Amino acid sequence: MIKLLNVRKGFNLGRPNEFVAVDGVTLSMEANRVTVLKGPSGSGKTTLLSLIGCMARPTSGRIILQRGLPREYLFPNGGDTTEVEVTSLPERFLTEIRRRTFGFIFQQFNLLKGITVLENVMLPAFPLGEKHGVVKKRALALLEMFGLSGRALAKVEWLSGGEAQRVAIARALMNNPPVIIADEPTAHLDSKLSSAFMEIIARLKDQGKTAIIASHDPLVFEAKMVDRVISVRDGMLEGDTA
Amino acid sequence: MARWIEKYRSILDFTLSSLVRRKGKNLSLLVVYVLVVFMLGSAMFLTEAMKREASLVLKGAPEMVIQRLLQGRYDPIPMSYLEKIRGIRGVISAEPRLWGYIYDSAIGANYTLMVPRNVALPSGEIMIGNGISRRRMIYSKDMMSFNLSNGSSRVFTVRDVISPESELVSADLVLLSEGDFREIFELPSTHATDLVVKIRNPKELVTVAKKVMELLPDTRPIIRDEMVRTYDSVFDWRGGIVTVLLMMALLAFVILAWEKASGLSADEKREIGILKAIGWETSDVIAVKAYEGLLISFFSFTVGILLAYGHVFFFSAALFAPAMKGWSVLYPDFRITPFVDPYQVAVLFFLTVVPYTVATIVPSWRAAIVDPDSVMRS
Repeated sequence: MIKLLNVRKGFNLGRPNEFVAVDGVTLSMEANRVTVLKGPSGSGKTTLLSLIGCMARPTSGRIILQRGLPREYLFPNGGDTTEVEVTSLPERFLTEIRRRTFGFIFQQFNLLKGITVLENVMLPAFPLGEKHGVVKKRALALLEMFGLSGRALAKVEWLSGGEAQRVAIARALMNNPPVIIADEPTAHLDSKLSSAFMEIIARLKDQGKTAIIASHDPLVFEAKMVDRVISVRDGMLEGDTA
Repeated sequence: MARWIEKYRSILDFTLSSLVRRKGKNLSLLVVYVLVVFMLGSAMFLTEAMKREASLVLKGAPEMVIQRLLQGRYDPIPMSYLEKIRGIRGVISAEPRLWGYIYDSAIGANYTLMVPRNVALPSGEIMIGNGISRRRMIYSKDMMSFNLSNGSSRVFTVRDVISPESELVSADLVLLSEGDFREIFELPSTHATDLVVKIRNPKELVTVAKKVMELLPDTRPIIRDEMVRTYDSVFDWRGGIVTVLLMMALLAFVILAWEKASGLSADEKREIGILKAIGWETSDVIAVKAYEGLLISFFSFTVGILLAYGHVFFFSAALFAPAMKGWSVLYPDFRITPFVDPYQVAVLFFLTVVPYTVATIVPSWRAAIVDPDSVMRS
């Protein structure tokens, strides 16, 4: 479904502080699976997630989204291929793919302070131009799914860690993307909340979604719903349980 | 189309909640912005309205005034010149005028003393301008004295205070009889201050002026257009001083706007990263910032201009009046007729709204073109 071919990502190239975060990674990931990228801090997990999620472009190599992703996600306005190389796409198309294909859950949750839980969840749908009422209804349904109906009008800064994370998950699912990308999702959660998070991931997998998670938390990569654990170190693949 | 409208409606909704979120920053910007537009607008309205007022007053001024020059400076003009001028073809009438300045050390002000042409005042009675009446607290039937050049003083009875409609030019005016005038200034009856000339055909003004100079080489004819130009330049100059000061205020505002609006805080940069990461395009982010800038600009501009209008036309420009009206210490106190020049309002609009909006958009655009993955690292 997602293929990386000899992907390399360097920062500050040609300067004294040059470093390579991802170095010649070739990888293929299947749809409807939970994949964990495991590795210590600075191993390149987050960069790899950014590249997969079309948030950054590789310095070299190719990233291909292929069969397995529903066509309407890749080409909402119609298209005649089910395989697309994202590395060569202009920014606008990359944004469109990111918006339709991926839902992101960040380590810090990255909710916007000062606005309500409901508005935060609705944000990814604003650029789509759907009717406000339809978007609001969908956001409320997601909040209900995560037991947050009563907190819809609360400001996000009033939420507990667990609530904030569930809001972040609801926001990631707002445009109903086939792929969920989560970066260290349990870093700020206790064991109970971490397990609850993994249960949500299991539910999403049951609904046919694909999850790609970067984590060095054993509660994540040892969870039973995880299909594949890829070890990353120094920007290179070290091991793969697939 | 419907999608496009829905999209920008949602973005506008988000912009409004963003503005409310940063209340402190936006309110302080709003206050400074309103203040700058208010000051610039007040100066602009006042200068224009004064120029208009002055030109209206000058409409009733004589077509030509003839003064005599001695050693390049003004000198009383002999009455005998009148007949020579009346003899010039095209001249309907020529009349002498008597007027001069007198200093009142009691309030440190100069008065303009004048013999009216249409009212014959009895000796010992005067009419005074509202400015003098206010400052000296002298009203109808009161007494008022002037020091003469020979050291003695002369007491007059105030017959009336001149109506306030004409106060811009009459605040410091004292009207008196010809005899009293000549006594105060020791001006012999053979001389007048200057002569006013009426001409049949206004197109011949310049020709008549040339003839006057040929006939009486020691005189200087001044035509009305020249007076209008002088008034214009006096008000332009006054307006100019205020404008230069206000331009500095405007510059300070631009720097502040740049600093406040453009200096994106770490929080704002993070937000732009988040919006991009969750699927907003660069253009969507810029639209939010542009809406923010335009909303603040339009609101501040409108409030500032309305306040300036109220200040100038309802409160007689209380803040600027000392710098703008007259050089005497007797400031006129009158209500200016509302007059707004749309061209100037447009200039002010472009001097404030455009730089502010650009100051808001440019840095957001710079932040928005960065790869959204930076948010993954924050």
